[in-house]
Amino acid sequence: MLGILRIAYKLLANDRAKFTALIVGITFAVFLMVQMTSMFSGVLNRSSSTVYNIGATVWVMDPAVQTVANSIPMPDTVLDEVRSMPGVKFAVPIYSGGGLVKMADGTYQAVTIMGLDDTTLFGRPAMIAGQIDDIFAENGFIAVKDSEYSKLGSPKVGAELEINDHRARIVGLAHVATNGLFGVPSLYTTYSRALQYLPNARFTTSYILVEPASPADIPAIRDRVRAIGYTALARDDFVSQISDFYKYKTGIGTNLLMMTAISFIVGLSISGQTFYTFILENLEKFGALKAIGMKSRELVAMILFQAGFVALTGYGLGCGLCAAMIWIARARLPDYASTITYGNLLLAFGMVVVIAAISSYFGVRRVLRIEPFDIFRG
Amino acid sequence: MAEVAIRASGLTKGFGQGETYTLAVSDVNFEAYLGEMLFVVGPSGSGKTTMLSMVSGILRPDAGSVSIEGEDIWAMSADELADFRLRSLGFVFQDYHLFPRLTTAENVAIPLIIRRHDWDDAIVEARRYLDIVGLANRADVAPVKLSGGEQQRVAIARALIGQPDILVLDEPTASLDGDTGRNIISFVRREVLNAKRCILIITHDSRIFEFADRILTMEDGRITHIDPGGSRVRHEEV
Repeated sequence: MLGILRIAYKLLANDRAKFTALIVGITFAVFLMVQMTSMFSGVLNRSSSTVYNIGATVWVMDPAVQTVANSIPMPDTVLDEVRSMPGVKFAVPIYSGGGLVKMADGTYQAVTIMGLDDTTLFGRPAMIAGQIDDIFAENGFIAVKDSEYSKLGSPKVGAELEINDHRARIVGLAHVATNGLFGVPSLYTTYSRALQYLPNARFTTSYILVEPASPADIPAIRDRVRAIGYTALARDDFVSQISDFYKYKTGIGTNLLMMTAISFIVGLSISGQTFYTFILENLEKFGALKAIGMKSRELVAMILFQAGFVALTGYGLGCGLCAAMIWIARARLPDYASTITYGNLLLAFGMVVVIAAISSYFGVRRVLRIEPFDIFRG
Repeated sequence: MAEVAIRASGLTKGFGQGETYTLAVSDVNFEAYLGEMLFVVGPSGSGKTTMLSMVSGILRPDAGSVSIEGEDIWAMSADELADFRLRSLGFVFQDYHLFPRLTTAENVAIPLIIRRHDWDDAIVEARRYLDIVGLANRADVAPVKLSGGEQQRVAIARALIGQPDILVLDEPTASLDGDTGRNIISFVRREVLNAKRCILIITHDSRIFEFADRILTMEDGRITHIDPGGSRVRHEEV
């Protein structure tokens, strides 16, 4: 069979024009599909950046919360109730809010401020300059050195800022796993200082971060929190909820899904038509092979091999091109939110398989229908 | 007495249905022998190709049977028939049907490759057959770069490489000039035909009749005459 497949390969690859058109068609389609879905993945990943960066196992929140950026403050009594629940190892509050930094040139820069529990500093970022304990110093803030850091004028340790008309001092620089979605720099301080610096409503606790005694306790904690009128979500569930919000309630998901579908249709059109033309042009030759003694299943194997080879080659090139594009874009645009996930790759692979299957299906039908007698008759 | 290579009995084939039904071949009976070059002649539409297609296992007859070296080919399954064609029959198509994207040697090697021979071994054997047909120096070029006569010889080499007992040539001289056509048929007669091989040739070209052992004439789907050719084995009146 290897020899037969080698014939199939040579018939395909030596037809340079069609081979190139097929490869380009699939590559382009895969590139677009992976690019679109990767952008979406990047957006979704960043939309949950706070959840990833804080790293709590369970998040307690108001039931109306849909994304981590739009917290609804809860009364302190909820914290006490959660702490008293069986299965809770510990629970701490966290404050998440926005402030305005007055820049040296008189302009204002919006920032996200995370207020960590004063006692435990749970959810602290990894420090790259300064000490985490310095956060307790007067007016102490830790700046996250991410792609948005430069928007604050790249302050060094010891630099002073003006946040909501309060003096603030950078006491450390930190690194976080995931950048935020909205292009806003992030600062960490203590919970109590965050309350001093930022305007507050009656209630102040944005989220309660819970560490269960064991993972098995999570369902019970969830039920008990629900019983007091709030929602407890495991980290992955919270990420899913945020993703679902962006997928289904913002139009972003629909638009990117449509673009992905269009990419699929473009790829299918170009590759399907070219491959079918390739089969038609070689139809008599396939008939001659049949007359010589090649079996139908061997002809089918040839066509499937050709379609599969083109699909896999185009898939590889398309993925590579997309990765290169993202790499270049990130080098030039630090905010560029695009992440190739295994899911994206699998989705694109599935679509390429469908393209190859549809393209080869029509080719196989024609080849199986051709009779050696038609060739003999001329 | 020469050994019977092909025995066709009561071969009948029609195409279409109802008012469009056309009887292409009607009750054809003949025998062909090993060591014989049998020409099938007749006007266009007389049923030559249809008859030869049934004989060579690529068109199922409506009625009748074909026995090749004692085996009823139309009693075989599709796969068995394909194997049989691969093993026992060699085809030279009118338009050659060489693959333009393969080299000449690769084209010739196809029957061996289908038989699962090692690729390199098949190419070596193909080169040997190209040498036999006088094209050893054209093994690595694409068929489109060959002349019509050279392409014809490549097609013959491809038909021969599997060492079939029966060789079927469809209008082998149709697109060749007179001298080239005669040279090709002369070559086939001299180098290919032997006591263990039967060659069937469909042709309109009367200039090559002299190479035939017998000439089978068809008209309106029936055999009207079997005449001696230039190289007569025997003469029969039907």
